[in-house]
Amino acid sequence: MRTKIEVRNLTKTFASDKGRLPVVESVSFEVRDGEFVAIVGPSGCGKSTLMNIIAGFVAPDTGAVLIDGAPRTKPSSKGILISQQGSVFPWLTVRENLMFGLNGHGPANNMEIADHYAGIVGLKGFEDSYPHELSGGMLKRAELARALVVKPEILYMDEPFSALDALMSLRMRNELLRILAKERHTVMLITHDVEEAIHLADRILVLSPRPTRIQATFEVPFPRPRRVSSSELQEMRVAILRELGVDRDELGS
Amino acid sequence: MQVKEALPSLAVIAALIAVWWLTVLATHSVIFPTPWAVVTGTLELLKDGTLWRHIGASLLRVGVGFGLAVCVAVPLGLWMGWVRGAYQTLNPIFQILRPISPIAWIPIAILWFGVGDASPIYLIFISSVFPMVVQTTVGVHTIEKRYLRAAENFGVSRRTLFKRVVIPAVLPQILVGMRIGLGVAWLVVVAAEMIALHSGLGYMIMDSRNAGNRYDLVIAGMIIIGLIGLSLDGIMRLLEEFKWVRWRYAH
Repeated sequence: MRTKIEVRNLTKTFASDKGRLPVVESVSFEVRDGEFVAIVGPSGCGKSTLMNIIAGFVAPDTGAVLIDGAPRTKPSSKGILISQQGSVFPWLTVRENLMFGLNGHGPANNMEIADHYAGIVGLKGFEDSYPHELSGGMLKRAELARALVVKPEILYMDEPFSALDALMSLRMRNELLRILAKERHTVMLITHDVEEAIHLADRILVLSPRPTRIQATFEVPFPRPRRVSSSELQEMRVAILRELGVDRDELGS
Repeated sequence: MQVKEALPSLAVIAALIAVWWLTVLATHSVIFPTPWAVVTGTLELLKDGTLWRHIGASLLRVGVGFGLAVCVAVPLGLWMGWVRGAYQTLNPIFQILRPISPIAWIPIAILWFGVGDASPIYLIFISSVFPMVVQTTVGVHTIEKRYLRAAENFGVSRRTLFKRVVIPAVLPQILVGMRIGLGVAWLVVVAAEMIALHSGLGYMIMDSRNAGNRYDLVIAGMIIIGLIGLSLDGIMRLLEEFKWVRWRYAH
């Protein structure tokens, strides 16, 4: 399958009070069209910086990101970033949020498209609600729907569900898989939750501590739907955690 | 507000009035009025219609001066908040002008605008425009980056960015600025009217003192000023209930 995202030798160093702080060090990888790649790494390792560079919000010091073979210089609606804190506009209703990214359609059609995606993520009946009237899980659904409305080719997800409780996070994972089965997107997911990565991804990149490099790559060949409790998946989980520096005793198994 | 919650403050007001009354009686003051004298004085002003005329004149000046200030401050604040160069150029000037008491402007206002209505309107404008510019600018500066990033991500036009993100995000701060601005405007109008004018609550107070030491009317004027100021602030608070700013106060 053809390459969708090519990350070529990215480095990024931030200036701090104590001098230069290298955050990302020569990271290179490729993501195929329609592939789901998860990136796991210890907290503070520079995962988010890496994602911000790939999504076009931060310029790298060296290296390049190519989308469909063309260098990316700034963010575009071809790839939508969904972050942990969320960015659903609190001053707009769910419908207005969903219609936000739609330029150049008739207003009537806009509303139709927005309501269609509200339905897909299970927000039917909440189109006129304001974000502060929604629960955390519903807010995530709205964010996901707002991204889907513009038909992006790539979803960049930076710890999208980590602010939710365990049950809601699991529910959102299944919801995401259900939607992805319908509309094939290329997805890059950043997470600290190894189980989430194994549950969702086709391939998992493990990052080292700062300055971050790709330390290991795991193919996840298991068919979906996956049972995270199955022995093969648990074995992979242990292997990934060991890469992250967690030994068997700490795992308690 | 519940009646129960208002009870303590009503009790304090009643106690203050009682102390005032007893003090006047005990000291046999001939100039300082009793609360009852203030009430009869107010009724007298109401009957001959002068009170309404003065209130109307003061409110009109505040309305015009404050309205002009809003029209200037909001676009200027948005511009200064959005364009770095504008902020760097104008902010130092505003920081110098802002602490100058509006009272200090009175001689210049008279010089430029004479002793008509234009002088107090100018003073109100100059005193309420700065807090509103500052609040609006701060509002733009404190828009959370994640919202601007989302807008950038969706590649919306500049027009949509302003209409759908910047202005709605800043609106609650603009309202805060307007509350402060209107409060200052009301303070200033009374001060401005004490000089060289022939109408308004400030004039009424000075005139009552000068024309025969009518301190009952002086105090009546003060209390009315307080009550109107309270109502103006209450009206501004009502604006916070609007749906486009309610998100800020939810949770």
